Parts: sequence; structure tokens; C-alpha cells
Amino acid sequence: MARYITKRIIYLIITLFIIASVTFFLMKFLPGTPFQNQERLTIEQQEILNAKYGLDQPIPVQYMNYMLNIVKGDLGVSFQFENQPVMDLLMNRIGPSLQLGVQAMIIGTIVGIALGVLAAMFQNTWIDYGSTFLAILGKSIPSFVLAALLQYYIGVKLGWLPVASWNGFSSSIMPTIALACFPIATAARFMRTELIEVFGSDYITLAKAKGNSRMEVAVKHAIRNALIPLITVLGPMAVGLMTGSMVVEKVFAVPGIGEQFVKSIMTNDFPIIMGTTLFFAFLLTVIILIIDILYGIIDPRIRLTGGDK
Amino acid sequence: MNRELEEIPKERFEPAPQDHAASEKLEKPQLSFAKDAWLRVRKNKAAIVSLVILGLVVLMAIIGPHLTGHDGYEQDVTRNNLPPRVPVLENMGIFDGTQKIGGEEVNKYEQMNIDEYYWFGTDSLGRDLFTRVWLGTRVSLYIAVLAAVIDMLIGVIYGLISGFKGGRVDNVMQRILEIMSGIPNLIVVILMLLILKPGIMSITIAMVITGWIGMARVVRGQVLKLKDQEYILASRTLGAKNNRLLFKHLLPNLSGVIIINTMFTIPSAIFFEAFLSFIGIGLQAPEASLGTLIEDGYKTFQFLPHLMIIPCILICVILIVCNLIGDGLRDAFDPKMRD
Repeated sequence: MARYITKRIIYLIITLFIIASVTFFLMKFLPGTPFQNQERLTIEQQEILNAKYGLDQPIPVQYMNYMLNIVKGDLGVSFQFENQPVMDLLMNRIGPSLQLGVQAMIIGTIVGIALGVLAAMFQNTWIDYGSTFLAILGKSIPSFVLAALLQYYIGVKLGWLPVASWNGFSSSIMPTIALACFPIATAARFMRTELIEVFGSDYITLAKAKGNSRMEVAVKHAIRNALIPLITVLGPMAVGLMTGSMVVEKVFAVPGIGEQFVKSIMTNDFPIIMGTTLFFAFLLTVIILIIDILYGIIDPRIRLTGGDK
Repeated sequence: MNRELEEIPKERFEPAPQDHAASEKLEKPQLSFAKDAWLRVRKNKAAIVSLVILGLVVLMAIIGPHLTGHDGYEQDVTRNNLPPRVPVLENMGIFDGTQKIGGEEVNKYEQMNIDEYYWFGTDSLGRDLFTRVWLGTRVSLYIAVLAAVIDMLIGVIYGLISGFKGGRVDNVMQRILEIMSGIPNLIVVILMLLILKPGIMSITIAMVITGWIGMARVVRGQVLKLKDQEYILASRTLGAKNNRLLFKHLLPNLSGVIIINTMFTIPSAIFFEAFLSFIGIGLQAPEASLGTLIEDGYKTFQFLPHLMIIPCILICVILIVCNLIGDGLRDAFDPKMRD
């Protein structure tokens, strides 16, 4: 196990190193400059600005500084927001994003598991078809489309929930629903297939033969075993949530990291783009690593094959 | 003894293959791979209905922009923001060109003496939404299919080589894959689009950079499973070269997973294109795709909801039917489901 974890951590570091380097060099190729109204700046003013942000040094030196700073947790200073370190900006905005992500994850898995269990227990009935159809809808409808439609029908037309603001729990309901759709669909589909397989195994037949009711068999024996592999879909779910968070936060004007990222793309704010990219990459790779390790601890077969699955 | 042997008629020593073959003869014509799959897909009603709908959408993407006679790019500000108006339906009280402005029902068509029908209305620059929606569908489908095909080519070749060569080559190729798959593809796509000029090609390229990884993994896994099977060994023993093994024996047996994977790449590519357009780094005006139409419509959705809702519905329909077809194909090709 220790060997497996070490191997995975080394990969993680290599991956992050590559992402950091690629991000840096891509940003250097970007057209446009980060300063507003560049035409109005004189050459001297531009030089002063360049010197201030270290843009006058040769690229290898800039690269070295950038890498050293990342290791120290310093992601540079935003061009747009005067003297705001990117790290502080991210930390200020992580709260709403985290809240939405966690809410969506919890609701998504609970509702998804419930739907999947229902579908598997009543296989080939209208309950199954209905739940499968819901899962297909959740998987297919893009989160921003759902977000925009929710905003129009529930926010504008019915006026039940705040349209686009961020104060209190009520304003987080619609973004959470929009984000939770994908986890619901993923969990429901996965649970259904997994449970149907479990229902066909010998120990379920034994449990039934011992005279347990359908419900008892499902709750005590089947669902427990089907839940373990569900850990594997948490990774894709996290990726989906991150993608969704950008657009959903944009639609509902949530002051989160995703919204900031979309804005910084529009304004060519390199340090924020680079910082957020790295932050997202770091978050995702670490989440996936933790999930894989967890799964390795629970299911010993993964360890033996070196996680090559 | 000897005499008895000599008496056995010569015919009895004739080889017997013909008889043997006759007893093994198949009563029914042998099913080709495609036919076999089709028979199975046919049982799946959802997939068939989806196939028909997808066919209609593709057809409309081809002929739709020419149906109304309105140009999708020509701007006419005097006719901007018109609500939908459809002949026949207007007599039934829906889609009759009325809209609520400041709480009052008004018919802009009557006010401005416009006799023409804009089935889906017009956008803020007076362009016919019906034409633009189908133009957008065309672009979205084009990007998706292009990305899926390139993903497939790269992924299949990579997976075939990696799985078939094995040993050190496989090891190195797998390590590269492992590192690449650690990079979230959304980030790669966004970074690529920031440096490339926005357009159909750059979106496709950006999506392909990480898109082929899934296919490569699946193909490699299948090759590893198949290459040790007896029929490969038999063919090799008969002197087949690697090329023949790869293209005559392995590839046909891989076609199931390849088709399924490609079928699922298409909706995800459509989604990604729309996503990128929605956050503002996708296609640029005047080019239309479903994503840019939704983005445009979103800006004025409080007053002119149809500009946003129509492309939203269309993209949902396309994604749903693609996923249903993908599911149907997976069930059809999955050996576990064979009865």
C-alpha cells in the first residue's frame, strides 16, 4: 500500500509540475496585454509596470521565479485588482464555491442512490423507467442550460427564489439544484447497475432463502455492498462539479472561484488565470488521489494490480 | 488378414471433408457484425426513437437554414426582437406574434406592418432565429463529429500500439497516458482557447488534445484481453504478419467498443462547445453555434425568453438522443448482454 501511495504521489507531483509549466508558457504566448488602456500609456509607464510585475526579465528567469513562488504558495499578484495577491483572492472566494459544491455533492449522492436503489428493486417497472429517464435527463442537460431555465421560470416568472444574488441559504438553492443534477444522474445510473449485479449473486439468494423480506435483503445485504464501488464515481463527479461551478456561478452571480475565473479570462488577468488553473488542477488531482487510495484500502484487489484499471 | 484388407474398396479411403462440411452447414445465413448489432439495437425502442429524432435534427441542420428564405447573417435592426409567429398556429392563439411589453399585450408584427413570418422570432439584430438555430446546430454537430473522429483515430492507434507491442513500449506509453489523464481536460481546453484564435478548428483542436485518452485506454484494455486468445495465436501460427493481425483480426473485434466510445464523445463535445461559448471563449460573432445562441439569448432572457429557450431545448434534445443511442449501442455490443 505504501508503495502504491508513494507512486501515486510522485505522479501527482509530475502532473502538477507539467500543468504549472504549460500554464506558464501558454500565458506567455497569449495575445493582448494585461494592462488596461495600453494605448494611453507611454513607453516609460509601460516599462515601469513591466518592471513592477517582473515582466521585464528574461523568460527563463520569470519561469524560475514563478516556480519557486508556487512552491511557497505564492501565486503572484492580480493585474486587475490592485496589489491583491491571487492566493488571497482565491481564499476570499472559496467559501461560496465550497458550500455549493458540498451541498450539491451531498444532495446528488443521496438522491442519486435513492433513485438507483428504487430502479434496481423495481427493475423493469415504470419506477425503473422513470428513474432511468431522470438519470438520462440529468446526464444530458448541461448545467448552465438548467441554471438559466431555473432562473427564468422559478426566479423571474414565479419569483419564489432570488434570481441572482448571494445572501443566505435561499439564494444557494437554485445553484445547488443546477449543480446536483449531474451527481444525481451519475450516482443513480451507477447504483442501478451495481445493485442489479449484486442482486444476482449467491449470498443474496442465501439471504432470501433464509426467509428475509425483500426490504431486509436490499437494505442489510445488497445496498451495503453496492455502495463501495460508488466511491469510484466520486472523482468524475468532482470534475463535473468544477466544470459546472464556473457557469452556474456566472448565471447566479455567486461570488465564487468559478465566477472569478470566467471574469479573469475576459480581462486577460494572467496571474488569476494561472493561479486558478493551478488551484483547480491541484484540488482535482488531490481529490482523485484520495479517492483512489480510499478505494485501495477498502478493496484490496486494486492494490495487487497496482491501480492499473 | 492381408487378403481381407485388399478387398476393401478404394472409395473408402477417399477423404471425407465434404460430408463433414455438410453436417456443419449453417441453416441460416451467417450474420455480419453490423447486422447482428442492428438486430439487437432494434429491440431498444428508446434508441430507435432517438435515432429517428437525431436523423430529423441532422436533416434540419442541412435544409433548415434554407426553409424560411431569411438570411441568418443579414442584420435588419428595424425588425429586431420580434416574437415567434407561425402560420396556422397563430389562429389558435399561440405563436401569433404577440408579446407582453410592460404588462401590455402588443403585436409588433401588426404595429410595424410586417407580413412575413418569423417562426422563432428574431434576435436583437433582426436576424431570423429559425435560420440561425439550424445554422448553429450545423456548426455544433460539425465540431462534435470532427472532434469525435479525430479522438477516435488518435485513441485507436495509440491504444493498438500500446496494447499490441506490450513490454517497454506499453510501459512508457501508459506512463504518458497516466500523467496526461491527471490534467483536468477543462483546464487544457480553456488554456488552449486562450492562445488559439477562436474558431471551429481551434475549438476542435483544444478538445482533441485530451479527448483521445479515454479511447486509447479502452482500446488498449481490449487489445490486452484479445491478443492472447486462440484465434490470434492460430492466425500467427499460420504466418500472419502483425499488420494483418491488427487490422484483420483485432480491429473488427474492437469495433464495438470503438463505436460506443465515439457515440459518447459526440454529446460531450457538443456540451463542451456550448459550455465554452457560454463562458465567452467559444465561437465569435457572427458565427452561430447552439452555445453562442444560448449565450446571446441569455443576455435578454427576462424580456425575450424565446431567444434563450429555443436553443436550450434543441441542445437538450440533441444531447438526450445521443446519450440514448449510446446506451442502446452499448447494450447491443456488450458481450455480457448477449443472449
